[in-house]
Order: sequence, then C-alpha cells, then structure tokens
Amino acid sequence: MKLPIYLDYSATTPIDPRVAQKMIECLTMEGNFGNPASRSHVYGWRAEEAVENARQQVADLVNADPREIVWTSGATESDNLAIKGVAHFYSTKGKHLITSKIEHKAVLDTMRQLEREGFEVTYLEPSEEGIITAEQVEAALREDTILVSIMHVNNEIGTVNDIAAIGEVTRARKILFHVDAAQSAGKMPIDLETLKVDLMSFSAHKAYGPKGIGALYVRRKPRVRLEAQMHGGGHERGMRSGTLATHQIVGMGEAFAIAGQDMEKDNQRITKLSTRFYEQLQDMEEVYLNGSQTQRLPHFLNLSFNYVEGESLMMSLRDLAVSSGSACTSASLEPSYVLRALGRNDELAHSSIRFTFGRFTTEEEVDHAVTQVREAVGKLRALSPLWDMYKDGVDLSKVVWQAH
Amino acid sequence: MAYSEKVIDHYENPRNVGKMDADAPNVGTGMVGAPACGDVMRLQIEVDDNGIIKDAKFKTYGCGSAIASSSLATEWMKGKTLDEAEQIKNTTIAEELALPPVKIHCSVLAEDAIKAAVRDYKEKQAK
Repeated sequence: MKLPIYLDYSATTPIDPRVAQKMIECLTMEGNFGNPASRSHVYGWRAEEAVENARQQVADLVNADPREIVWTSGATESDNLAIKGVAHFYSTKGKHLITSKIEHKAVLDTMRQLEREGFEVTYLEPSEEGIITAEQVEAALREDTILVSIMHVNNEIGTVNDIAAIGEVTRARKILFHVDAAQSAGKMPIDLETLKVDLMSFSAHKAYGPKGIGALYVRRKPRVRLEAQMHGGGHERGMRSGTLATHQIVGMGEAFAIAGQDMEKDNQRITKLSTRFYEQLQDMEEVYLNGSQTQRLPHFLNLSFNYVEGESLMMSLRDLAVSSGSACTSASLEPSYVLRALGRNDELAHSSIRFTFGRFTTEEEVDHAVTQVREAVGKLRALSPLWDMYKDGVDLSKVVWQAH
Repeated sequence: MAYSEKVIDHYENPRNVGKMDADAPNVGTGMVGAPACGDVMRLQIEVDDNGIIKDAKFKTYGCGSAIASSSLATEWMKGKTLDEAEQIKNTTIAEELALPPVKIHCSVLAEDAIKAAVRDYKEKQAK
C-alpha cells in the first residue's frame, strides 16, 4: 500500500498509464511531435490526424459532433471562454446572467469580472442538499437574460444537478445554457444529443488525463456564437488561438475514450468502495454527510465530524491525502463557501473533510483510511471542549461565544 | 501547512489535557474563542493557598497551532504566581512555537485564555 493514500481524486487524478503511453509517443523526434497547423509536410499532417482523432474521442464520450469541441488549457479556460465569450457576443441582446452560489471559482470569478464590465448576475441559492432546480432557474429568467451557467456535479460535495430539466427551461426561452462538467465527464453518462445544453466545459486531469488541457463544447445546432478570448493564428475556428499541444490533446482523447469504456466497471467498484468506507463510520456519533444522500456521485464523500476542527483532523490523518473545507486550510481563513451556502453552520464547515475515491482506490486503502479516521476523531474529541459540552448536554447554539 | 517541530510535538503529545471542576473555589476557568471561528480554548488553573498555580489543564477545539499554543500555555503556567502567569505574552508563545503569520491569532487566543482563567479565579476569591 502506497502512503499516504490518495483520496483526493476530485482535486486531480493521476494519469492512467495507458494514457501516458500515448502521450509519450507525441514528444520526441521519433514521435508525433509536429505542429498540427503545419500544412506543408507529413509531420504536420500526422499531428493533425492525432488531434482530430482525440477530438472524436472526446465528442464520443458526450455524444457530440467533433466539430463542436474546442481545445482549451482546462476547465477554467473553458468556463471563461464560454461565459465571457457569450456575454461579449450577445451583450446587445441583454446583460443579465444567472448562475449559482456554489459554482467553481472559475465561473464565479468570471461572473464577478462581467459585473465589473456592467453585466448583471443573479446568484441562485442551492437547497440544503446543494441542488439547483429548473424551477429556480425559470423563476430567475428575465427578458434580458442571455446565459445560464450551472455546474453538473459540484466539486466539493458531488451533488448532481438535473441539467436536462434546466436545459428545457432555457431552450424554451432561447437563452443559452452553459454547464461546467469538469467533475462529471467520465463519471456519469452525458448525451449532448438529447441534453439541451449549449456549452459544456471539460477537464482532462479530473478523468485520468494530463493537466493543462481541457475542452469546451460549443453547440452547432442551434448555433452558439462566441467572442474569442485568445487571439492569434485563428486556430479552433477562430474561437481559441494557440498552437495545439498534441501530446496533451492525445492524452485527453485517450483518457476520455477509456472513461467511456470503463465507466460502468469503474463506477461499480467506486460505489462499493465509498459505501464500504461510509458504512464503517455509521456507528460514530455526530458525523454528517454534506450534500445530497440520493442526488450524488458515489465518488464523493464530504463528511463533517462535529466538534473536531478540519485542519487538525487532517494533521492526524497523516496516511491520507484528503482536503478540508476548514478555514484553517485556506489562505483566506474563511470556511468553504460551498458548505456555507448550503446553510451548514460554520462549525460543520470547519469540521468537514472531503474524501474522493477513484480508479486506483483499493479495499485495503479504504479500510486503512477508516481506521485512521476513527482514531483521529476519537483523539481530537477527547481534546475538544465542545465535545465535553455536547456530552454534558450543553446546547452549543445557546452559549455566548467570544468571537474573535 | 508546514508546522515547526515544536507545534507538531505539542499536537502529537499534548501536555495537561483535561478538565477540572469549574465550580471549585480554587479553580479558575477561561474559555475563549468561538466554534464559528474554528477555535475554542478552555484553560483551567488550580491555585494553592500561596497564590501559586499548582496545576493547569486545557482542552482545545481548533487547528494544530491552537492546540499547541494552549498546550504550551499550560506548561508555562504551572508553578507561576498569578501575576507571573498574566505576564505570558502571545508573542513569546508564537516565537517559541515558530508559528506562521496566519496562525498568530492562535497565540493571541492562548494569551486571552490565560488572562480569562486568572480573572475567573480572582473573581471567585473576591466573593
């Protein structure tokens, strides 16, 4: 067993060895190193072929046309291109956008930038479970709404939004719908033929591909127009200039192809493992699952261990590589904005740990993780005045604290 | 967060963890911080007839440096007079533990806890 045990698959995944092999073949003089934009020799042609093959692989995973796939540097760039690109192109039509409070920062910060440019943004409140409904979106639509951006799967809690239902609402009003699918692509089926989604962001490194590469799906029918954010040689139909990184692109294509082939098998394994993990914690007191019990990907378990602070808990979980929503782990000293938006009290946000399981997680690792979590929580609760008070029957919400 | 060895030592082997009878006349209790802020310290002292801190106990909910700061505070308080204990400064704690700048507030909290415990004891004695 390799220590520390990696349980942070939603932060990033290792590259699948099958993917790495394909990438290596696109680097050196002996390999496929050419510039895909070179039209005058075989090096360019071969590279272009590899890029187009990868484009097909990405399109296949989500049932799209390869001409609808635009390469980017990752989901952050895809989100930026989709949101700013639409806002700038359609600004004469309207200046209102809709998103949610628990989007990834790549969406939220892009929205903030548009607000500075004079656009107006509505931030929808998720339910306690972290869900945004089609009804909420519909109620927020205005005459001048040009874009709705809602994530498919939340990166902290793994809740799944019903993007099919939201798409029905936006399409009926001819308003564009962007979905950040960085966490869902490869983990659940996505069919863009039936989904009424106009733009979708993808990342390779969340799906066993390399970092530094992503894609944006831009629907052809009905056609979606974008203002480019990166100008240059007119690559990617003018939507995103810059020499295509063949090895990265080939890696993403292969990763998405494998994700498509192995999805069922991987999901069965991961469901079993995360259930095994969670079940072994069931008899612990005051452990809360953040997010939805039902509308959630099995890969995620975001748990709050009440009366224990997340950062110190992670210090005790020395054999585990996990992340926390605790303030102490962030530079800003603010607890997770996602958990706070769910209406979780700050204590529970401070006490949260995100475990994410993946393709290379084993039963042995899960069992070791459980043992360590139980030990660490036990140790820190023995050290916690709040746990004492809870055990003495003190209602902590009634105590007057000295906030600092 | 990269912590100093001293923080890790106090975190791994916290000194003087425990709880005293808060109602006892010779015990002073200081509880500072708030769960919403991510740290709560409870520091207790037992004072003998000569005004010397005979024993000190703590329990802390918080990050590693909050636990270490309060653990260190109990060590330093033991054997001191109340006045001496009140002289313990957050900067000395922060220096001893080599706390990173974002964790200085943990040492401030420890100083507050010391003062609160001493104040509680003195108030009890005054009654």
